[in-house]
Order: sequence, then C-alpha cells, then structure tokens
Amino acid sequence: MAETQALPRPVGAAKPPVRRSGWVKAYFGTPLNSMISLVSMAAIFFLGKLAFGWLVVNAVFSGDAATCKASIGACWPFLAEKLRYMIFGFYPFEEQWRPFLAVVLFLASCLISMMPRFWSRTLLYVWLLVILPVLYVLLAGGVFSLSPVPTSSWGGLPLSFMLSFIGLVCALPLGIGLALARASSLPAIRILAVGFIEIVRGVPLISILFMATVMLPLFMPEGVSIDKLLRAQVAIIIFAAAYIAEIVRGGLQDVPEGQFEAGYSLGLSYWQVMRKIVLPQALKKVIPPMVGLFIGFFQDTTLVTIVGLLDFLDTVRSALRDPEWQGIAVLEGYVFAAAVYFTFSALMGLYSRFLEQHFRVTHG
Amino acid sequence: MNILNDMRFRAFCYQIGAIGLVAAAAWTMFATASDNLAKQNIATGFGFLARQAGFVISETAIVYQPTDSIARAILVGIVNTVKVSLLAAILGTVLGLFVGVARMSRNPVLARLALAYVEVLRNVPLLLYLFLWYSLIIMVFPPVKQALNILPGVYLSNSGLVLPAVFLESGALVFALFVCAGIAAAVLIRRISQRRRLTTGRSNHGTAIACLALLLPPLLLWMLGFVSFGWDIPQAGRFRLTGGLHVRPEFVALLFGLLLSVSASVAEIVRAGIQAIGPGQWEAAAALGLHRSRVMRLVVLPQALRLIIPPLTNTYLTVFKNSSLAIAIGYPDLVMVSNTVMNQTGQAIETIAIFMGVYLSLSIAISLTMNWYNARVALKER
Repeated sequence: MAETQALPRPVGAAKPPVRRSGWVKAYFGTPLNSMISLVSMAAIFFLGKLAFGWLVVNAVFSGDAATCKASIGACWPFLAEKLRYMIFGFYPFEEQWRPFLAVVLFLASCLISMMPRFWSRTLLYVWLLVILPVLYVLLAGGVFSLSPVPTSSWGGLPLSFMLSFIGLVCALPLGIGLALARASSLPAIRILAVGFIEIVRGVPLISILFMATVMLPLFMPEGVSIDKLLRAQVAIIIFAAAYIAEIVRGGLQDVPEGQFEAGYSLGLSYWQVMRKIVLPQALKKVIPPMVGLFIGFFQDTTLVTIVGLLDFLDTVRSALRDPEWQGIAVLEGYVFAAAVYFTFSALMGLYSRFLEQHFRVTHG
Repeated sequence: MNILNDMRFRAFCYQIGAIGLVAAAAWTMFATASDNLAKQNIATGFGFLARQAGFVISETAIVYQPTDSIARAILVGIVNTVKVSLLAAILGTVLGLFVGVARMSRNPVLARLALAYVEVLRNVPLLLYLFLWYSLIIMVFPPVKQALNILPGVYLSNSGLVLPAVFLESGALVFALFVCAGIAAAVLIRRISQRRRLTTGRSNHGTAIACLALLLPPLLLWMLGFVSFGWDIPQAGRFRLTGGLHVRPEFVALLFGLLLSVSASVAEIVRAGIQAIGPGQWEAAAALGLHRSRVMRLVVLPQALRLIIPPLTNTYLTVFKNSSLAIAIGYPDLVMVSNTVMNQTGQAIETIAIFMGVYLSLSIAISLTMNWYNARVALKER
C-alpha cells in the first residue's frame, strides 16, 4: 500500500472516467433495459390496481354476509366479526384478555431480549423463572382466582407462538447436546447421535407429528395419557433439536483446534473446555442462522393443524367454514393469515440480518 | 493406579452406559407397545400388506384397483410422491433460475420485483399457500357440469383439467428401445465432438448432430409405421367427463405450491452462489474478449456451481419431504395412503415405520446422487 502512495502521479495523466450513475441510465440505459423497466412497472401497476380495487374500491366495509356475497371486493365485516375467534380460537370468550395479555407480554419481552445490550445471564433467568411461568399461569389459570382453562381450548395465535417458541427453547439444549455427541471422540455416542439426527432430518415433520399423536399412546403404560398439545410440542422439539444440532455442529467446526488443545493443556476437563471455551465461541457464530431456523419453525407449526390442533391457520380455516360465511370470505381469511405470518417472519428475517451485521462489527 | 481414573476405561463405561440407556428405553417401549397391542387385539407384523386394500385412490400413476393388495396401494402412494416432487423440483429450478437472474439484474425495478417475489414466498407458510391455491381453483373454475370447453377435447372445471391422452397402441417396447438408443448415441456424439474441439481448437456442429441423433430414431420408427399412437378423447357425459388424461386440482395445487417454494429457494441460492464469485473473474474473462453470456457459462457458473450444489441438495430434500403436506388438501401421496391404511387396519406402528423408511431411503438416495454430482463439479485440486 505504501509503495503505491509513494509513486508520483504522471504529469498530465487523465483521471479515470467518472461513471454516470443517474437513475435515467439505471432504468432506461439500453433499449432492452427500458423494455424491462416498462414491463416491470406495468406489472407492478397492474398488481397494485388489482389489490387496491379488491381491498378498497370494491370492498365491503359494513354489512353482513349477504352484502359481501353480492360484492366482488374484500369483505372487511368478516374480519371484524371473526377477528377474535381467529386470534384466540375456542378460548373462553370472557377470558380472552388473558391470552391477549400473554401475547402482549411475550412480544414485549421478545422485543427487549432482541437487543444485544440486554443480553446477560440474568435475562435468561428472568425468562425461565418469571416470564414463561407467568405466561403459563395466564393461559392455564387455576391459581390466583383465574379459572382453569384446559389445553384443548387453547388455540389461535398464542398457540402458534407457544409451539414454535417453547419448541426452540427446549430444543436448544437438546440440539447442543446432540452436536457435542456428534463431535465426540467416543464412537458409540457419535453413532447414536448421527443416527438420531439423520433419521429425524430424513423424514418429514408430519411423520414425526403422526408418530407423536398416533404411535406415542401405544408406547405408554395403560392409564397414562399425555396431553395432545404436549405430544405435538414434543414432536416439534425432537424435530427442531436435530436441525439445531446440525447448525451448532457447523459452529463447533469453526472453532480452531488450538482452542480445544489450549483448554486441555490448562488441565480443564472436557465439560469445562466445552462450557467455558468452545461453546461460547461456537454459539455466537450460530445465532444468525438460528434465527433463520426459527422463522422456519414458526411456519412449520402450521402443520399441527393436520393432526387436529387449533393453531392460527386452523382457526382461520374454521372461521372460513362457518356456515354463515362459507365460500364468501375464503380469500379474505387466507390473505389475513398470510399477512400475519408474513409480518412476523419478515421482522425476524430483518432481525437475523441485523444480527449478522452486529456480529461482523463486534467480533470480526 | 485407580482404574476409575483411566481415560480409556471411563470412555468405555460412558459408551456402554449410553448404549444401555437407549436399549433399555427401546425395550421398555417395545414391551409396553406389544402389551397394549395384545390388549387391543391388533396383530403385529407386516402380514397386513398382502390383504386386499379395498379403498379407492383418486390419482394413480400405475394400474391400481381397490381389489389390489395394501402393498400395491402404498406403492401407488410412493409413485405419486415421487411424481409430484420430481416435477416440482424440475419446474421450480427452472423458474428459480429466472428469478435469481432477475434478482441480480442491474435494472432496479426488476430486481426489486424479484426480491418481493422471493420474500412473499419465503415468509408465508407453504401449507397456507397450498390451502389458498386449492380453494382458488375450486372457487374460480365452474363445476363439472358447466366445464369450460377451451379447446376441442380440453375441459376445464373445478374438478380439474381434462386433456386428450396419447398412448402407444403397439410397439411400445421397440419404441422405448429406440429412444434409449437415441439418447446413448447423442451422448456419445457430444463427447466425441467435445474432445475433437478441445484437440483441434475448432468449433464443430456436435450439439446439433447430437440433437438430431436424439430425435431421429423414434421419429423414423413412427414414420415407417412400426408404432401407432392412439388418442383417448374425453367425452362429456351428463354428470362427469370420462376418458382422457385427468389433471386433478389437488395435484395442481400441490405442484404449484411446491414449485413456487422451490423457485424462491433456488433464486436465493443461485444469486448467492454467483455473487460469491469475485468481480476479478468477470473482468479477467472480459479482458480475454469473452462475451458476457459466455463469461457466465464458461467462467462464473462452473465456479458458482460448487457453492450452489450443497444448498440445492437441501432444497430438493426439503421439497421431497414437503410433498407430504399433500394430505392437507387430499392428494393421495405416500402419507395420505398410509394414513388411510392406518385407519383401516389399525397397524399404526408398521405403517408409520414403512413410510418413514421410504422417506429416509429416498432422502439418502437424493443426497448420494447430489453428492456424486457435487464431487464431479468440485474444483479439482492438483
């Protein structure tokens, strides 16, 4: 670098040509480019007009099923009437402030925990000892003069959040354990871990859900029955653990061999090396892909509707099948559900990109 | 020295302990399960596969009647799963390539449009899309009685698209033989022409001749009258259409949903792979006088492929596994057929074991094929 700077500038040499980067050139630089621009703009205009016409111009803003049936636009009264059912499912109507409060508390806690400045051991304990128990008490009730609500009445958006979030929280230690087992020098343990991970990753989630709902009761001693929701949750945890294990394994491989050796030469035991030296480095690297994985799990929880749980997608679909509205508001319901899923997934996607940037800046 | 402090002895104990724990859990589960099954009077074993299936499958790629065995029904499910995931993978890859190229376009409108396409597909669950496409098909198209007759012999209704079908009346075996011969000849010609081009440095018409070799034998056979084709034209009856090739809405919705999700992943993978190749490669190739399209084909793509193949393998595995969502909209894939079998026979453990086994072995087969391809395109370190 220093040599280049030391070179004298040739006398009279022209500066390199300045690249024109005006928007005119970007959009209409060449005939082909102009055509692409025009066609794309026409497509956007057409789609926008279609959406605007459906959502606003032709839409029905007040009325009932009959008014909606006569119109070709979106049916807002449907959303207004069914909103509470779609979000909370069959949760007792008078008690729906509880899941509402739970969702608000959950989202607020998530928002705070997402900021790197609050990351600490205390935050983890607050989640485990305060937030999660409070959320559970709010939903299940039975204490503090809250009426008990059985899990079979849980549904809608809180259920979707719960399945994916609890799934991730419980799968995380399991996945880390599996990753360590897979990287272990003990062949038997390695083979067991590889077998588990590869089998779970080789079959669809739906087959694990089937296994949990249909097969698990057969494996239980007589008289013992596990809650249906819990069974689906266990299936999601098992599924998530295998995928987390693979991501963590990638992180472990990125930790240089010298770190292990240095740890051992200090006389630390295997667990001390892992806990104090290797895992902190490995886990830091896998946080962004983990958020990406979580987006996938959040979307995959929709599969529980196939085994008969009332997650958000299922409550939306049963709202559509209501005899009063049947066949009238199909598009409205699905577009609403898609918008909700899109919002949360896209926000997490943004967060994942923010984290990547954050770690690139702070940890090289 | 205390034996408990010996590393090897400890390692041995840990492993024996782990194996013992797993074995004990498996044995307990097996014992309780056989106990429970005995109480419910369900016989264990795979004998039920030979029994008569007794249920109708709406879409069969191979010959199947309800009087056939359960094993045959499951085979129909496997073929349906493979059919839809293979088609979705191929069509999705082609579409994804276009979207990926559009994503890298220097035209901001097109690039943003492609970005929106990818984001909308990736941030909404596939299952929701499947339900959406399926209900749109049912809503938009008229019922069978008022099926749209868009072309002679082509009917479109909410129970699907019915097309005239072509089938071989005679000489199927000879025809297949000639097609295989054509493919072999084309591959051979292409290889020879490539080698000649590399040794002499002159371009030749190898590709064109190879295409000719591919098409000529079957065409010749047909013109000489060794094979004859028959047409199966659909007939509009009073209540339904009979004959012809029936493309069902469940299949279309599933295929559409899967191929769109594949295309979004492929677009991102291709973009990431190509953008990972440094600008120096482009500039060096351009300095050699290569045209942009040739730089892409001869310099950038071969290098990008190494980065593209592993995530692409994952995408194909995912689409194969996601085809199991068919059960939600009623396309008779492996899971749905197995579910029917499970409900009819009560043989839950065996049936789930079968379909998990099939998925697992096909997943491994896909991985092995893609790894083999990856090894072929990998940079040869000398």
